[in-house]
Amino acid sequence: MTRLIVLLLFTLTWVAVTGSFTLLNLAFGLVLSGLALFLIRENVQPSRIAVRPFKVLSLVILFFKELALSAFKVAVLVVRPKMDLKPGILEFPLKVDRDFEITLLANLITLTPGTLSVDVSDDRRFLYVHALDCADPAATIRDIADGFEAKILEAFR
Amino acid sequence: MTLWLAIPVSILLVAGGLFSVLAALGILRLPDFYTRMHAASKAGTIGSGLVLIAAGLGSQDPAILIRALAGFVFFILTAPVSAHLLARAAHLSRVPLAKISVRDDYARKQNEDRLK
Repeated sequence: MTRLIVLLLFTLTWVAVTGSFTLLNLAFGLVLSGLALFLIRENVQPSRIAVRPFKVLSLVILFFKELALSAFKVAVLVVRPKMDLKPGILEFPLKVDRDFEITLLANLITLTPGTLSVDVSDDRRFLYVHALDCADPAATIRDIADGFEAKILEAFR
Repeated sequence: MTLWLAIPVSILLVAGGLFSVLAALGILRLPDFYTRMHAASKAGTIGSGLVLIAAGLGSQDPAILIRALAGFVFFILTAPVSAHLLARAAHLSRVPLAKISVRDDYARKQNEDRLK
């Protein structure tokens, strides 16, 4: 059932990206999507992830707000004659433990102000984050934990 | 193109161009590889995203707008992954952090792993 929905979503994406809504293109998209899903069949297990649509929406809104803020901050930083930087790599203790949540959190961190994920520890307990302002690592860690991580836990648990 | 479409399209184009210039300036001015990745991944994504949306709106064709938005989404999906992989690869091949850096927990952890 889930596979069928994914297949239809793939087909819709194909039709949208090619921009031609003909029956022939729809059929071609269906064949392509089937092939693509067949190729990655080992990697997609049917999952039991609870998704809360409104919390996901709130996560998306927070993300775009932070992304805009982040680009603006970098822009302001680089035009200053004297750049005030205290960069460093800090260790972020992860509360989320599933792979897709860690991936999502790492990507969100990269696109938000002054932080960039570098690596995750092998035991998946820590995320290593490069920060432009590492003067107060505890505050940065608290910001991420109360912001994105809390939202991810709300949206997918 | 009417004025009411031309105004937002030109604002988006100028803003996108400005962010792209500032991303390039950041790559020039920031002190080390890791801080440069910040400029490239954030301001670069927003810059190209705004230009894509402007192009989609300006075309006045929904099919092109959808493709432009899809392009923006793919940028958001891929930019952090490439920034993460480049930063990780740089650190693993011992590209040093700038002198002004205040801490490096990742290097500490790698040293601990090596001693185990």
